[in-house]
Amino acid sequence: MSSDFSLEELYRETILDHNRSPRNRGQLPDATATVGLLNPTCGDQIRLDVKVDAGRVADIRFTGHGCAISMASASMMTEAVKGLPVSEALALARAFKRFLTGEDPGRDLGELETLKGVSQYPSRVKCATLAHNALEQALDPETSSPTSASSS
Amino acid sequence: MTAALMTCKKDFPILQRQVHGKPLVYLDSAATSQKPVQVLEALRQYYEHSNANVHRSVHTLAEEATALYEGARQKVARFIGASQPEEVVFTRGTTEALNFVARGWAEKHLKAGDEVVTSPMEHHSNLIPWQVVCRRTGARLRFIELNPDGTLNLEQAGEVIGPRTRLVALSALSNVLGTINPIAEVARMAHAVGAVMVVDGAQSVPHQLTRVMEMGADFLAFSGHKMCGPTGIGVLWGKMERLEEMDPILYGGEMIAYVSRDTATWAAVPAKFEGGTPHIAGAIGLGAAVEYLSAIGMEAIWEHDRYLGELAWRRLAEIPGVAVYGPSAPRSGLVAFNIEGVHPHDVAQVFDSQGVAIRAGHHCCQPLMQWLEVGATARASFYLYNDESDIDRLVEAIEATKRYFQP
Repeated sequence: MSSDFSLEELYRETILDHNRSPRNRGQLPDATATVGLLNPTCGDQIRLDVKVDAGRVADIRFTGHGCAISMASASMMTEAVKGLPVSEALALARAFKRFLTGEDPGRDLGELETLKGVSQYPSRVKCATLAHNALEQALDPETSSPTSASSS
Repeated sequence: MTAALMTCKKDFPILQRQVHGKPLVYLDSAATSQKPVQVLEALRQYYEHSNANVHRSVHTLAEEATALYEGARQKVARFIGASQPEEVVFTRGTTEALNFVARGWAEKHLKAGDEVVTSPMEHHSNLIPWQVVCRRTGARLRFIELNPDGTLNLEQAGEVIGPRTRLVALSALSNVLGTINPIAEVARMAHAVGAVMVVDGAQSVPHQLTRVMEMGADFLAFSGHKMCGPTGIGVLWGKMERLEEMDPILYGGEMIAYVSRDTATWAAVPAKFEGGTPHIAGAIGLGAAVEYLSAIGMEAIWEHDRYLGELAWRRLAEIPGVAVYGPSAPRSGLVAFNIEGVHPHDVAQVFDSQGVAIRAGHHCCQPLMQWLEVGATARASFYLYNDESDIDRLVEAIEATKRYFQP
């Protein structure tokens, strides 16, 4: 790591804000899919409730605990995909994962781009992608790659 | 602090480096310790001067390598007070040593209805091998519960350790709580019911003077890399009688006496357990490490580490919004903590930006995290090269983290 390292590049104000005041936090009693994922190296845990209606992500909520990166990423993701067609939501999750491994996401990721600093820390990439992996499993259980152990 | 301790930091070249433009403060020795030049030089000397395979060839280098390797076994035996060097089996580390006991001794001797006793503070390496032994033999796994301060409930231990107990497995020092376990007392309880006492010394052997005979252990496992030695080398010490009744785990070269097409007989202990070319350089490095530690003095190191652990616990406990775990005193040279509202991984990340290296996570102790009712903790751990100024930097890093993540 270079010596001009700046913590602010990793923990951008937007991230700290989402961590402090997470959006779409909670559970959905009428969820059509629920996925629990665990990041065993950190102990980050997420439960994602998704309600799909007429081919769209009609509602989405998450609960769990974890580092600021994982919680902020989950919060931003839920905001970004709410209301999107399922195919669009999946495309966004996959583009975000490409983005964090340094590839061209091929699209605008909005606020999620503030997580760019994470790509410099391989050990933290798993934190930032946890919610996106959960979303993939919820929307496309057949083709999403198995990640960490499902816990619900 | 003794003079040797005050000046030992200069023996560790890595401690001179900077991280993110700040002097490195290394507070992660419970994960792995740094290495002094004396150990690095022993490795270099072996590879540059005497490198050869051991116990095999009749040439000068092979004789030298064998003498160095067996010399290291003698040094380690003296370091832990073993009655003979042959009781020291070189392994890859604590995990492998404990697995050897589980596979080679416990699976052979346990049967359905027997009981294995351990504690909820164990590292996964001293838990999962016993879970598997129990699954394979039909034995039952039982636990000595903890008091609210993270010490062992000895009264309840007296109830759990009973006529069905065949094996008691316990760490001498907790890698999270800093608890100092009364090994000799538990060993007496185990022996009173005819059970074998297995001690996980991964955290204790680097810091505490170890006398295996007084400890009452039948088996003791520890790792070289946590005690100034190289990675990939560790030790299983066992009483000769126990090692003789234990089966080998690795079959192949060097562990045999006589081999025909269809059958083979085993070499004597310890060769029986050291199939394949061993980590010769690692053993020599570990020999150099125990010499280094002995020259400084294990009593002085233990006093120093305990002093830093207790001081850090007290200073952190005073900071508003900081939770510390385990007993206040006596405790070993580490302290696990959490900062209210900040996940330990974020804590470790901010610390890193200050040049302060700590561990964050579940520390391979998920059942203990469940007992503490936390997902993870941060942990600062100390060794002979740390001093009070490192605790000042630790406290400053906590204040910086609180400022950064304040609501």
